[in-house]
Amino acid sequence: MYSEKVMDHFSNPRNVGEIADPDGVGQVGNPVCGDVMKLTIKIEDDKISDVKFKTFGCGAAVATSSMVTELVIGKTIEEALAISNKVVAEALDGLPPQKMHCSNLAADALHLAIEDYRAKQKAK
Amino acid sequence: MNEIYFDHSATTPVLPEVVEAMTAYFTDYYGNPSSLYQTGQRSRQAVEAARQSVADLLGADDPKEIIFTGSGTEADNLAIKGVAAAKAKRGNHIVTLAIEHPAVIEPLRHLEKQGFKVTYVPVDKSGIADPAEVVAAITDKTILVSVMLANNVIGTIQPVGEISRQTKARGIALHTDAVQAVGNIAVKVNELGADLLAVSAHKFHGPKGIGALYVRKGTRLDSIIHGGGQERGKRSGTENVPGIIGFAKAMQIAEAERQVKAARLISLRERLVKGVLDNVDEAIYLGDPVRRLPGNACFSFKHIEGESLVLHLDMMGIAASSGSACASHSLEPSHVILAMGYSAVAAHGSLRITMGRATTEAEVDKLIDVLPGIVARLREMSPFSAEATAETFMAEFGGEEHAHDH
Repeated sequence: MYSEKVMDHFSNPRNVGEIADPDGVGQVGNPVCGDVMKLTIKIEDDKISDVKFKTFGCGAAVATSSMVTELVIGKTIEEALAISNKVVAEALDGLPPQKMHCSNLAADALHLAIEDYRAKQKAK
Repeated sequence: MNEIYFDHSATTPVLPEVVEAMTAYFTDYYGNPSSLYQTGQRSRQAVEAARQSVADLLGADDPKEIIFTGSGTEADNLAIKGVAAAKAKRGNHIVTLAIEHPAVIEPLRHLEKQGFKVTYVPVDKSGIADPAEVVAAITDKTILVSVMLANNVIGTIQPVGEISRQTKARGIALHTDAVQAVGNIAVKVNELGADLLAVSAHKFHGPKGIGALYVRKGTRLDSIIHGGGQERGKRSGTENVPGIIGFAKAMQIAEAERQVKAARLISLRERLVKGVLDNVDEAIYLGDPVRRLPGNACFSFKHIEGESLVLHLDMMGIAASSGSACASHSLEPSHVILAMGYSAVAAHGSLRITMGRATTEAEVDKLIDVLPGIVARLREMSPFSAEATAETFMAEFGGEEHAHDH
């Protein structure tokens, strides 16, 4: 059902955890649907220097979370905003059709974390 | 390949003796049972001997009461749509349980679109229906009551015999989906008082693609597949001769082994349940602990999503299943676990272990050994775990159903 890349990221997820003092936090999903992702990011010089995730969900939810962290580290904020859910799914060699909608939310969590960072910057 | 198979409610391996009994009917005795010449009549005799055997094993009065179908699902469809069509003039109401298999629920939903009314009787927290509630749902328009014998998710055994006494007194047909029950518990049509009863061979080490419907003499039933008039006009299509032979052979073996197997599986199940509950925090054992199939143990683990759990077990060579939304085609959490009054979150965290004739104590111990580590690893990854406390556990698990919104 899942590609080798999905199973690789599912069985050896990258960057699991939570940054203690994050610059931005993004959480998406709904426990009723069965997928919730929380991303914490650290930003230095307009670049994403660190990112960690925690995810409750299926194989696709874990793999997309892991993949988005790998794609985004070292990227500028603008580059990070260009990463869409579709880009994440493609980087994993695709997802089963029924998983595209509800389990492919990792980029949304990333964008929310960046929004959160920007809101905090404005408030300063 | 999985070294350890804990999904016997999904399907079972065909026994070598069954394959052996079937083989000649693919190659040597290939005749069409409807043909008049010897090769055809050889097939006819084999099919009728198998029918007699299945009838005897189910305690039916007459082999004519057995109709072979293409699957358990087809047998359920024939029972429900067949009675609905035959009795449409008498009434348009059907009573069933909220925890039925899709093979029963979906034909009923189809009938609802055509104007039938269906009452889905709830179950209690242990996953068993109250026979009085089922009987209370009967109206003067009721033409059929359909109550499964054993549930496919939690294995709970339903009070079919108590319900049939009431349906019989009212002259209403009673159908029972016995697909999960046959080979695991005693299934005798007269003791159950069933008018219709669905069976599937691949659940008891027979081949896939063959099922049967028992139809008590005098029960009015229209065909749903029309053609050459095989199976006494109730199910047209050339008989699946090797499948029918395999069905009867597998059922003979299953029934001969049943009591010894059940005692062994109950002891393995108790070992598993104790091992899991002793070693995994915040786990619940779903369904009545006694009135259930010998080989079924179903759990829910807090903050765990079932598909992830199943994938991790698979990586360790263990095959099991989950009622999680993500593990289903429909992306809906198990309607059975929701109907028992648990939350969608509890349904997502469910794990169904179904053991069978080859399951060993060492396999059970292996599961008890690896499960706590997998659960801990997934909980570590879960965004909920940080704020988790034991006190919120039961509240969350037993909580009200939230809107399900994708």
